[in-house]
Amino acid sequence: MTQSLLRLKTGLAEMLKGGVIMDVTDAEQAKIAEAAGAAAVMALERVPADIRREGGVARMASPKKIREIMDAVSIPVMAKVRIGHFVEAQILQEMGVDFIDESEVLTPADEEHHIDKHIFRVPFVCGARNLGEALRRIAEGAAMIRTKGEAGTGNIVEAVRHLRAIRREIRQLTVMSKDELLAESKRLQAPYELVLMVARDGKLPVPNFAAGGVATPADAALCMQLGAESVFVGSGIFKSADPAARASAIVKAVTHYNDPKVLLEVSYELGEPMRGIEISKLSEEEMLQTRGW
Amino acid sequence: MKVGVLALQGAYKKHCEALTRLGIEAVEIRNAAQLQDLQAIVLPGGESTTMLKLMNEEHLKEPLREFAATRPTFGTCAGLILLAREVSCPRQDSLGILDIAVKRNGYGRQIDSFEAKAEVKGIGEMELVFIRAPIITAVGNDVEVLATHQGLPVLIRQGKVLGATFHPELTSDLRIHKMFLEMLS
Repeated sequence: MTQSLLRLKTGLAEMLKGGVIMDVTDAEQAKIAEAAGAAAVMALERVPADIRREGGVARMASPKKIREIMDAVSIPVMAKVRIGHFVEAQILQEMGVDFIDESEVLTPADEEHHIDKHIFRVPFVCGARNLGEALRRIAEGAAMIRTKGEAGTGNIVEAVRHLRAIRREIRQLTVMSKDELLAESKRLQAPYELVLMVARDGKLPVPNFAAGGVATPADAALCMQLGAESVFVGSGIFKSADPAARASAIVKAVTHYNDPKVLLEVSYELGEPMRGIEISKLSEEEMLQTRGW
Repeated sequence: MKVGVLALQGAYKKHCEALTRLGIEAVEIRNAAQLQDLQAIVLPGGESTTMLKLMNEEHLKEPLREFAATRPTFGTCAGLILLAREVSCPRQDSLGILDIAVKRNGYGRQIDSFEAKAEVKGIGEMELVFIRAPIITAVGNDVEVLATHQGLPVLIRQGKVLGATFHPELTSDLRIHKMFLEMLS
């Protein structure tokens, strides 16, 4: 991939910073999200909470549905493909989707290979639980990293774990000597050049967003204060009692993430949040975050 | 010298970094009270619909109009859209500070984003990065066109207000930011 193409890809990720990317399943929801101030929408067939409940194979949304959403709003439209399913990605690129999420929320199509994202012109975002995963995805050509969290639970604990893990591991790299970095790159199973870059800059070479379990304005601000540069909200908005109000409140909370006065103000009268699931109640095979490697 | 960067949403950190590299104190601005002791302000790229909504909620429109009437103001991409007199595709509200008409996502979607070289008045040749960029479809008599791409204006100035449809903050070339800071004198 040329430097120039990489810059165009991460460039769009830069434009999404300080914003909220909302999961939507139809044009009407997309319009609500845009009016509430979403920086982008993620088009999908079912939100993670429903995928979790209904089971079955979760695939890329139908092009008809995605097209409907693209036609309804003027903000960027993202869509998900299964891990390793490069043909779903080819189809989305052909449609002109603005960003592709190679997502553990869908049922993986390949248990060994992620998509070679360098050869696509459209930028990709991928989930990560730790620095090793993040750097492996970047090496494959991801232009944005997001935490995996545990999608569809309305429980922020996993996103917090992943944000903190990535931040801690980055900080550790910055104080390591050259020989330690070489050993660390083996432990992280990540290219040495990328490890050196992160050690030098103290941050990932692409934007780092939060996702998985965001249900309240406070959850979103928590992610931002922990170093996330933007927030994805999946089931948290359209599985709540008053989606428009909650969406607006989360947008405002991300902008003013360091201002408790605003955070208090936006947390009033939001109606019921989504119900939520205690993570320890999930069995190993119900965990979405362990998909991908 | 303190220069503000509107930090409602978007690439505000990149603009702060560029200003800091030029030895300027850059401040993130999220409400009208913070405009007080600034010498200039940058409106960054991002999503104009998002920023417009947050701007309304913070009652920032009138204070920004007053600010731009007397002090240097620079809008890039979405920031330029907010400064325009008229916005299309779709139509939306704007500050009406720059006498220009803009078309949102004028070149298309992300897969149509591109880089190009252009001759910039007073600077020379530069590499420009366009991300889901708007197109300036009309300029008023008081607007000076400083650079064009395929015959369309991409960098313009009207008095102390500068506007770009591209993203100087995404490259390491600081000459456009320097040009903006020179407008302070």
